[in-house]
Amino acid sequence: MARYLGGLLVLLFAASICGAVTIPGPVSDAHRSAASELFDGSFSSLEEAYEALRVFEILAIGNKPDVSATACKKVVENLGSSSPVKDLFYALKVNGILKCKVNADVFKDIAVRLKATVTDASTLVDMYYSIGSLVLIKDQVSDVDVLLADADGTFHSIKALSQSDGRWRYSSDNPESSTYAAGLALEALAGVISLASSEIDLSRVKTVKNDILKLFDSIEKYDDGTFYFDEKFVGGSEHQGSLSTTSSVVRGVIAFTSVISGKVNLPGDKVLGLAKFFLGIGIPGDAKDFFNQVESLALLENNRVSIPLVLSLPETVYSLSKRDQLKVRVNTVLGSASPPLTVKLVRAFRSDAKDSVIIESKELQYDKSNGIHVLEVFPDNVDVGTYVFVFEIVLHDSAGEKVFATGGQIHVPIYVTGIIEVSNAEIAVLDSDLGSVETQKKLDLAGNVVVELSANHLQKLRFSFQLKTPHGHAFKPHQAFFKLKHETKHEHIFVVGNTGKKFEIVLDFLGLVEKFYYLSGRYDIELTVGDAVMENSFLRPLGHVDLELPEAPEKAARLPPLPVDPYLRYGPKAEIAHIFRAPEKRPPQNLSLTFLSLILLPFIGFLVGLLRLGVNLKNFPSSAAPAAYAILFHLGIAAVLLLYVLFWLKLDLFTTLKTVGLLGVFLMFVGHRILSHLASTSSKLKSA
Amino acid sequence: MARSSSKDAQDLFRALWSAYAATPTNLKIIDLYVMFAVFTALIQVVYMALVGSFPFNSFLSGVLSCVGTAVLAVCLRIQVNKENKEFKDLAPERAFADFVLCNLVLHLVIMNFLG
Repeated sequence: MARYLGGLLVLLFAASICGAVTIPGPVSDAHRSAASELFDGSFSSLEEAYEALRVFEILAIGNKPDVSATACKKVVENLGSSSPVKDLFYALKVNGILKCKVNADVFKDIAVRLKATVTDASTLVDMYYSIGSLVLIKDQVSDVDVLLADADGTFHSIKALSQSDGRWRYSSDNPESSTYAAGLALEALAGVISLASSEIDLSRVKTVKNDILKLFDSIEKYDDGTFYFDEKFVGGSEHQGSLSTTSSVVRGVIAFTSVISGKVNLPGDKVLGLAKFFLGIGIPGDAKDFFNQVESLALLENNRVSIPLVLSLPETVYSLSKRDQLKVRVNTVLGSASPPLTVKLVRAFRSDAKDSVIIESKELQYDKSNGIHVLEVFPDNVDVGTYVFVFEIVLHDSAGEKVFATGGQIHVPIYVTGIIEVSNAEIAVLDSDLGSVETQKKLDLAGNVVVELSANHLQKLRFSFQLKTPHGHAFKPHQAFFKLKHETKHEHIFVVGNTGKKFEIVLDFLGLVEKFYYLSGRYDIELTVGDAVMENSFLRPLGHVDLELPEAPEKAARLPPLPVDPYLRYGPKAEIAHIFRAPEKRPPQNLSLTFLSLILLPFIGFLVGLLRLGVNLKNFPSSAAPAAYAILFHLGIAAVLLLYVLFWLKLDLFTTLKTVGLLGVFLMFVGHRILSHLASTSSKLKSA
Repeated sequence: MARSSSKDAQDLFRALWSAYAATPTNLKIIDLYVMFAVFTALIQVVYMALVGSFPFNSFLSGVLSCVGTAVLAVCLRIQVNKENKEFKDLAPERAFADFVLCNLVLHLVIMNFLG
């Protein structure tokens, strides 16, 4: 188990190292499967459709979703109607890939409309779309006149928006200049040049070349040689990220350089740096980013400035125990084969000591069948550790130096791993005062043997071992931990220090009793030795020691609570026990019933008393109407009382109040009637 | 001495009783009603003393119902008594109507409190 864990550690380390390589590889199959997932054939606009189709075209993905029917329908719709220029532009782009059936007259109408737009347009974006659309028509249909009559003037009006630092403004009334706009402008200018009916003035083209060079002066840079463009101002309404800005510039510059006759002298390392930037992004999760990345790489793959060549390593870990070969791959950015070249290992040195050169100028052998360059004989003097290998690409064809950007000397971190020999492991219990050895045991750390020891607080525990590299040098790992774990799960970790060749730790229990919280009993011992370049990193139990520590004094520090196991947080929660109020003690039922009947006694007394007094109903009105009122009055009272009983049993206060209100009105009416009748009769009696 | 005092007490009670016998019958009815209410309240208090006051609101509403209605009856008696010149102008029927209304309101509250 421990060995397995150790192996896992090494694997994890290796994985993290591979992830940290500064040189990203070219576009691979991972990109293709990601593209298939990202562009699933559903799109809301022709722009999205174009992006999907273009990515499939560049990456040569075979089993793409068939969108041509729906897309073509949309294309024809957009080309026919008087839709905005932007929609026209993307409709033409999609048409360029899908070759939909469009009537040639439609193109003629559009061309006339577009030409009018070009001369009227005031903003850069309008010009960009209309000129771009004209170029697309020119590429797709041969017999439509798309040439610009006043190409010089159009060129000038676009150029008029440029700034002194090579960036462009979106329109003449917008003072903000933008790098993204520069890309659009360059692409539009390239379009103007290809649409010009007569040659554009060379001096104008030259100034634009200068603008490009100035634009490349403002390029941003990372320490590892990655170059990219970013917008200087933030907060504009059309702010673009660095990816879309960079890809806009790449699109513009490459379009421009492909239509002019001369060459723009851009430094090769900047072009390579741009390629690094796009590749360094990895696989974007956003469709737009993905398109920008892939399209820019495709443009870099085949351009007239310089074609970047990417050096990548399938593995940056070299194992001394396996003795396999160090492989290097050189490709273009999209992963196609490079021109004939030789990879040279200029030198290699330990990453912590720059002047300790271990290898110097070696040529790698080219393996034609696999297309990789191999360092066949790994030098024997290389021990485990982290190294920096410096490669250089030498093109066989010296003329290719101008076409390809190789990036000069490329630094690659390489991890050389090997099996570390663990020897002379020894664990001993010493008497503190004399230092005499009480028990001493040898350990084979490669095996599974465990030891059983016992000690008291007056003794010491000594543990020591040695580590040796395959070349016999002393090895110092990243981690060497000695752990004591009590039965109660309280654990103490000590770092094993090294003195020259030997790793040794001496635990003086007298000084540690307080740290151990005076906990006597069995302590399990565990040893961890691990390093990124150590293939046999391990974590293994060494056995246990029975410790006898003195009783804790009064003032001793309390045992801290054990840290909560983080995994428990995701486990089931402890069950919640609800505490209910205990029901009140009720009296026996008989007692209550007795008192219920007792309550009746006064009532009976009341009735008997009434009889004794000779109460009668003689005063009850005898004539019909008052008698009826009297009866209704009593019934009304009875009804209210009944309602009260119902209120007690089931009704709520609101219903009760409403009903009481109604009954009350009735009761007041009849009560008033009967009582005033009674009053009048009694007053009549009195007066009589 | 003792015999004479007990005889005096008997005489006193007899005098009181004969004097009370002259009271109008309707006042006697009200007196009877008050006695009924007070005794009912007493029985409830005794019950509470025996078993404890757990549904305290029920006990309160029971006792207060009795006490309240007794107080209202006493008020009625004051108003109906012809010898009370203060209420000479007040018709007994009007006093009874007040009594009924007050009882209804009192018992609405009692029922609400009974729980």
